[in-house]
Amino acid sequence: MILPEVKQLLGILADQMRPHVTPETALVGVHTGGVWLAERLHTLLGISQPLGSIDVAFYRDDYGKRGLHPRPQKSGVPFEVNNRHIILVDDVLYTGRTTRAALNELFDYGRPGRIDLAVLIDRGERQLPIAASFCAHTLSEPLPAGSRLSLQRDDHGNLSLELTHA
Amino acid sequence: MLNPQLNAAGRLKHLITLDGLPKDVLTEILDTAAPFTEVSEREVKKVPLLRGKSVFNIFFENSTRTRTTFEIAAKRLSADVINLNVATSSTNKGETLLDTVDNLCAMGADMFVMRHASSGAPYLLAQHLRATGRDHISVVNAGDGRHAHPTQGLLDMYTIRHFKQDFTRLTVAVVGDVLHSRVARSEIAALTTLGVPEVRVIGPKTLLPGNLEGLGVRVFHDMNEGLRGVDVVMMLRLQNERMQGALLPSSQEYFKFYGLTAEKLELAAKDAIVLHPGPMNRGVEIDSAVADGKHAVILPQVTFGIAVRMAVMSMLAAGN
Amino acid sequence: MNIQIKNGRVIDPAKQTEVQQDVFVAEGKIVALGNAPAGFSAGRVIDASGLIVAPGLVDLSARLREPGFEYRATLESEMQAAMAGGVTSLACPPDTDPALDEPGLVEMLCFRAKNLNCAHVYPVGALTEKLEGRRITEMAELVEAGCVAFSQANTPIADTQVLMRAMQYAATFDFRVWLQPIDPHLSKGGVAHDGVVSSRLGLAGIPVEAETIAIETYLRLARRVGAKLHITRISSADALTSIERARAEGLDVTCDIAAHHLHLCEHDIGYFDPQCRVVPPLRSDRDRAVLRAALADGRINAVCSDHTPVDDDGKQVPFSDAEIGMTGLELLLPLIVKWAQEDKIPLVQALGVITNKAAGIMGITKGGHLGVGARADVCIFDADAERVLTRETLRSQGKNTPFLGLPLPGVVRYTMVEGRVMYEG
Repeated sequence: MILPEVKQLLGILADQMRPHVTPETALVGVHTGGVWLAERLHTLLGISQPLGSIDVAFYRDDYGKRGLHPRPQKSGVPFEVNNRHIILVDDVLYTGRTTRAALNELFDYGRPGRIDLAVLIDRGERQLPIAASFCAHTLSEPLPAGSRLSLQRDDHGNLSLELTHA
Repeated sequence: MLNPQLNAAGRLKHLITLDGLPKDVLTEILDTAAPFTEVSEREVKKVPLLRGKSVFNIFFENSTRTRTTFEIAAKRLSADVINLNVATSSTNKGETLLDTVDNLCAMGADMFVMRHASSGAPYLLAQHLRATGRDHISVVNAGDGRHAHPTQGLLDMYTIRHFKQDFTRLTVAVVGDVLHSRVARSEIAALTTLGVPEVRVIGPKTLLPGNLEGLGVRVFHDMNEGLRGVDVVMMLRLQNERMQGALLPSSQEYFKFYGLTAEKLELAAKDAIVLHPGPMNRGVEIDSAVADGKHAVILPQVTFGIAVRMAVMSMLAAGN
Repeated sequence: MNIQIKNGRVIDPAKQTEVQQDVFVAEGKIVALGNAPAGFSAGRVIDASGLIVAPGLVDLSARLREPGFEYRATLESEMQAAMAGGVTSLACPPDTDPALDEPGLVEMLCFRAKNLNCAHVYPVGALTEKLEGRRITEMAELVEAGCVAFSQANTPIADTQVLMRAMQYAATFDFRVWLQPIDPHLSKGGVAHDGVVSSRLGLAGIPVEAETIAIETYLRLARRVGAKLHITRISSADALTSIERARAEGLDVTCDIAAHHLHLCEHDIGYFDPQCRVVPPLRSDRDRAVLRAALADGRINAVCSDHTPVDDDGKQVPFSDAEIGMTGLELLLPLIVKWAQEDKIPLVQALGVITNKAAGIMGITKGGHLGVGARADVCIFDADAERVLTRETLRSQGKNTPFLGLPLPGVVRYTMVEGRVMYEG
């Protein structure tokens, strides 16, 4: 399967988001891929609010089964959350569970006015009633079970999509 | 010696002591604690990791402060916390420690946080849980006799790393009543494991155990000599009852020779930090000018303490 | 019944002999060795081929827990343990409840023991009333009731004036005084040897000086008042130095150690093993090495089991709160054989410390040896066989020993008391 170029997808995503961005809009990236994307979008869209990032390790629903994610990262939401328009940014939308965890975590910082979800790729097969507000690419057919699609960053900061099979 | 704290996969199952805990496990705990410091700054200071878990604080020795920090940590992880001051309840009626524990297990405990006046009590509890097939329950030692106070040792390490970054270039002095101190034993174990090249211990001979060199430390009886050039000063609490026996003549004389004053601190490195596990006896082991001065990191210690305990509890719950 | 013990290797440490020969028993006594006496007809023949035929063991300290601690052990259970351990004579220390400080109590104990018809029990009377170290006991009466010596068990007399008078009074009648060297002040609160292990684990230490200072006191008082002094359960190299110095100055003094001190040291506490909570504490490995060497060359005169059965509840507590002591009657022989094997000591020499030499300290002449005319107290054992020690194999009610699960040499096959076979294993 040929994976699309990240640079191209980023442009598409930014174009979709641009009409909805106001001076009050803030971006929050979900660790790890979502944060890299949010950094790019922050620049591309000229967002004035500081960039937020969250690691959903403490909110995952598989903690009981798989334990604590090793070496969790510090979350940081450096702006007033109450009544704000927040766009949550992630690399891949899949079962929806990470988004659920991220939404829960965001609400522990305050009561946002509106939350949108921006993702690079939607690989389908949702297990929760969650949909992206902005999406650069939707896979036409499901990936084989056990395969993992994620964003990678090389030493020069170049982003690419990677598909691995369990 | 089999390390009773790790499971077959090398993951932390109980936290009994820092002595013998591998360096990578210590580092993992400190790394895990870092993101928890941020949780305490949020509007909702809570994450759902331990939701539905029951944490029993069983304190066979009263300590409001330590119990409170464990309680806060467990509550910020969304656990249900049950506090038991066993010092004033069933053991006085002749019930044994293990009877008490069996009862609490039957009430659905998932984790025990235990403080006990006898060295080794939390280990006894961990052994008992294993022997009775209740391996899923974790034990956190909140201080046992003179043996260990691992979470205090860890929060001290977190504090040192926060301010000094690299353990391998430090000279650290532990000052005071090492003989009776579980905190000192945990600090010494952690410092030597994390690669601090010079750990010093300072105190009068009546308050230092024999064979300290066997633990990998340098012993000083003259505080001025021992403090020279140190990067970190770790003060120990001096219990008032030490004045009653023949260990020390008076708190005044102790303060004169082993109390940390601004003048003595001059001998340490310019950017030295001062730690104290609290509660402080001002004018006995530490002068107010130092306790409230720019070198003191005593309040950050308290804040980090909650994050470190959250990290330990969430790693233990995950390890089981 | 007349018994012939055939084909055994007969070891009699008293005579320093080790001979393949038969032993002939009649009317509870040994009547001949080698050839049957005229007209002897055996009612039973015990085949001891490949086994060692030794005197029944003499234990200088075994707590039977009666009176007062029957929930931990009873005379019946511990007598069974003695038989399984090949112990046919034992001294029991006075730290019962009430303490053995009245003739009536001693008579009762002797009576109960005699009715069980197992090991010979020799009570050690309390030196002071209730072991409190204030008033001396009716020693002469206690001896008439059956006491062979006087001691304070593990409760030292703090007041040295009382101690001196107690020793003086005992010396008046030439009674034996057995003292456990413990300085009550230096040992206060201590639970383990003041060494590397206690420092690391945060256990309150008992310095070696708690032992040596007490010994120096006892030795000087013994010389001053002419007491017949035996020092019990030393644990350190320094203690031995003190005793040797007094001997060089002409004092006749004996000493013993507990069998577990031959094999264990402070490191065996491991991570708070309450089974290793003993008095005196397990000392350094150097102390252990010195004790082993001193036992081999006779500077230490005897070894006892220091048998102290403790129930599980007494040990399932933190180390410092654990009750003191190890079960030992069934370990005495295995631990001596193990020591002999490890240090290449001939059995005829090694067995002396738990037979004739111990009997000498107790003052008994009819036991502890295999001479013609002696009581037919015999222990027949397999020195080469090994057996894993388990809770199930222990007859004692006390299962408290760190040796559980370990294979130990020296398996008792027969124990005979006054010509009656009381145990067959």
